[in-house]
Amino acid sequence: MDFALSSEQLEIRELALKFAKNEMIPHAQEYDEAGTFPHEIFRKAWELGLINTCIPAEYGGTGFSSVDSVIISEALAYGCMGMNTSFMANDLALLPIVIGGSHEQKKKFLEPFTQDFKIASFCLTEPGNGSDAGGIKTQIKDGGDHWIVSGEKMWITNAGYADLFVVYGTIDPNLKHKGISAIVVDPKSPGIELGKKEDKMGHRSSDTRGVRFNNVKVPKENMLGKPGEGWAIAMKTLDHSRPLVASSALGGSARALELCIQYSKERIQFGVPIAKHQAIQFMIAEMGMKVEAARLLVHKAAWLCDQGAHNTEIASYAKAFASDSCMQITTDAVQIYGGYGYSKEYPVEKLMRDAKLIQIYEGTSQIQRLVMARELLK
Amino acid sequence: MANVLVFTELHDGHVKPVTLEILGKLAGQTADVAVIGDIAADQVAELAKHGAQNVHKLKGANLDKYSPEGYANALAEFIKSKSYDYVFAGATSMGKDLLPRLATKFDAGLASDVVNFTMDGGSFAGTRPLFAGKCLAKVEITGPKPHFVSIRPNALGMTANPTAGAGAAADVNANAGEIRAAIKEIIKAASTKVDLTEANIIVTGGRAMKNAENFQILEKLADTIGATVGASRAAVDSGFAPHSMQVGQTGKTVAPSLYIACGVSGAIQHLAGMRTSKVIVAINTDPDAPIFTRADYGIVGDLFQIVPILTEEFKKLLGK
Amino acid sequence: MNIFVCVKQVPDTETKITPNGDGSFIETASIKWIMNPYDEFAVEQALLVKQANPAANVTVVRVGSVKDTEALRTAMAMGADEAVLVEAVDNLDSYSIAKALKGAIEKTGKKPDIILTGKQAIDDDALQVPQILAEMLNLPSVSVIVGFELAGNTVKVKREVEGGALEVYEVATPVLLAANKGLNTPRYASLPGIMKAKKKPMAQFSLADVGVSDADRRVKYSGFKLPPEKPAGKKFDATDATKQKDVVAQVVGLLRTEAKVI
Repeated sequence: MDFALSSEQLEIRELALKFAKNEMIPHAQEYDEAGTFPHEIFRKAWELGLINTCIPAEYGGTGFSSVDSVIISEALAYGCMGMNTSFMANDLALLPIVIGGSHEQKKKFLEPFTQDFKIASFCLTEPGNGSDAGGIKTQIKDGGDHWIVSGEKMWITNAGYADLFVVYGTIDPNLKHKGISAIVVDPKSPGIELGKKEDKMGHRSSDTRGVRFNNVKVPKENMLGKPGEGWAIAMKTLDHSRPLVASSALGGSARALELCIQYSKERIQFGVPIAKHQAIQFMIAEMGMKVEAARLLVHKAAWLCDQGAHNTEIASYAKAFASDSCMQITTDAVQIYGGYGYSKEYPVEKLMRDAKLIQIYEGTSQIQRLVMARELLK
Repeated sequence: MANVLVFTELHDGHVKPVTLEILGKLAGQTADVAVIGDIAADQVAELAKHGAQNVHKLKGANLDKYSPEGYANALAEFIKSKSYDYVFAGATSMGKDLLPRLATKFDAGLASDVVNFTMDGGSFAGTRPLFAGKCLAKVEITGPKPHFVSIRPNALGMTANPTAGAGAAADVNANAGEIRAAIKEIIKAASTKVDLTEANIIVTGGRAMKNAENFQILEKLADTIGATVGASRAAVDSGFAPHSMQVGQTGKTVAPSLYIACGVSGAIQHLAGMRTSKVIVAINTDPDAPIFTRADYGIVGDLFQIVPILTEEFKKLLGK
Repeated sequence: MNIFVCVKQVPDTETKITPNGDGSFIETASIKWIMNPYDEFAVEQALLVKQANPAANVTVVRVGSVKDTEALRTAMAMGADEAVLVEAVDNLDSYSIAKALKGAIEKTGKKPDIILTGKQAIDDDALQVPQILAEMLNLPSVSVIVGFELAGNTVKVKREVEGGALEVYEVATPVLLAANKGLNTPRYASLPGIMKAKKKPMAQFSLADVGVSDADRRVKYSGFKLPPEKPAGKKFDATDATKQKDVVAQVVGLLRTEAKVI
């Protein structure tokens, strides 16, 4: 049993935190307000090796473990949960290739991401299918020497900037889960129409939009695995991605906690710093407890993944607990800051807005509980 | 009683005030002054008034401009010819650069940036801030003599009624020796103001200044009261002011008599750099800004309204 | 070309400093250590020289405790080739540190062409080591540099002095230069850099190995204490535009009559 991070992991965390503090936090408010895509910050993070942590070393990646990835992701989310959504979306899109791709596909699709700064999108959700991912309607039809993709995707992160899409569709809706397939699509292909950028409550700097595929021709060799293997690939992807998404919530929580500790020592009410008032102490204690518990869950879920062990149940605990507690922590942070907390001049209201999304995307907190129950009761 | 040499720099022909502060504090010791080059009679008189017995004017080739090697060689040769127990200088740009090299020529110790000291029984014991002023510690020097001390400007203050010394000035033949690092050129700063570290009054702008142009209202205030303008790290990082203006742990540590902080919130790292200011005035819209916990006089209000009024009121007071 | 960079590990600027029990130093147990910020500029400058002269070798040297070697690892992750560590207590004086650095540099058997340091370490703020080391090695030095140009074996540097004026020096190597903020923008240690740093050599010596003993201590610190807290000041509300003039006049009056600073 060992809870300590390796000296390497400590250095990685140090670098990512330094980047968050110097490059992300000073700009987070401004990007949030204007809803600007953090292109240059994204590129800088890529140059330092903080992006695409899932790419194996043999394809030019850093060869990081899941634990390494969640450490980085927590630190970057500490800088800005919104920007980190864009950063993380690369991993979410590339993971299906890492998991389900052939050696040739990995060489072809992953290596360019290590050589140049590139952006990827993961296209799963549809207007009518969010939590019910099995009900996907986007069709992948055999067009002889190519596939034809048609359908509509929604809430696609990075879509407006992507160099690569990983699209989930079905070869036959009647096959349900068994028809689902994953395919790599070039966003510049004819027939792809991008929707307008969503005007969101939080994560405003990340680019989110709908994507319509109008009979888009895709090379045969772009199918990941065999047709119909998409669901299995998606499920394995989730085992990797849930700890990652959970770590993003954790980063936001850690930042809220830190801000509250600082503020409560400075803010004077009734003649003493508010940190001397028990009402505030209890809220801060609660925050600290949840941050630590979430971190343990996130690290364990990632560690199990690295061991090749079944982590579905723990990963769902991590995702639900980290995001739900992030919502609670950031809400309390606004409470501790009082009137200032509600003002955009101070950083906590943004944290509260950003927290909400993590309870929703990549499997809502309710879906996570279904997964937990299924695992517990099977 | 100790034999002490105080090295003084001249600024536009004038003895730097820190020299006079040191001389005043050395009352009871035998204090000489060394200067490189010539010094006017009125300045010798000023030194004598504050306690200088002898004023040694070190003159020789290649000493017209400062160089760490030339000055250190010349002073070392002179000091070796005498028997000083201590050599003091101001912790100025030059003092900080020169003294460590000079002390090492004697394999001697140097207590740098001292803010207060005693000479009980002719033996030095100083106080100096460490960790950018977050701590104070007693500092003593051991090993071969003379012992070297640099004193932070404005820290000791002027002695009200100094004991005068003889003030006998004499030339000394000095030898700069080999100079490998020599000044080729001096690029004058845009500002002719006293450096922040030596300024008696400082006006600082924080993030609330919003942009570089707005610093003009601080310049106006500074012109009125003879102050130097500084900036907080937040203002420097936002590009409102150059780093040479930054006050704080990663900028300059200052100790003026009056420090006026405008729109500075008072982050720990800023407070560390200015906490030894004698009197602090803070202007900030946030009544709970941490800067108010350090301020002797806090004004809660918008700096863009308050600063111009402040400038006018100072003008009235100073009859300008 | 042999470039040496002397780095120190110091408490993070945000760290709260408290004197230890007997006032002999500060509490070091819970301190987060970082590379002295000014040393980062020195490391970056060395790496810039190396970029222009790929044959150059950059060695980072540090004197300090071994419990955490953050500063050296960071420098190597940024791109320095190798490191030398001299094990010592954290509160060694400047003379001893300079002598240890000299010994460590000599131990490498490499003749330095350029030695870079930060202009000061933000722990003891003594601003002594660069010049002492230069004098010990009989090298010219320029401190507080904000500009650096290397042409052949001549370095043109700008030294920042009072009021922001710049002294321009031209010096032939070998030379020691002490960096100030503004000299360059230090790069981050990239993740691949961190991985590579693991495999870079780090030599380790004791103080005795480099010829330093207790007899080399020149400056003794004791009685560490927190600076005295100021008594609470006076606060005036000038948010109401009609009261501003009165408030300001009152403060200006107090500055003359009470504080006596104007």
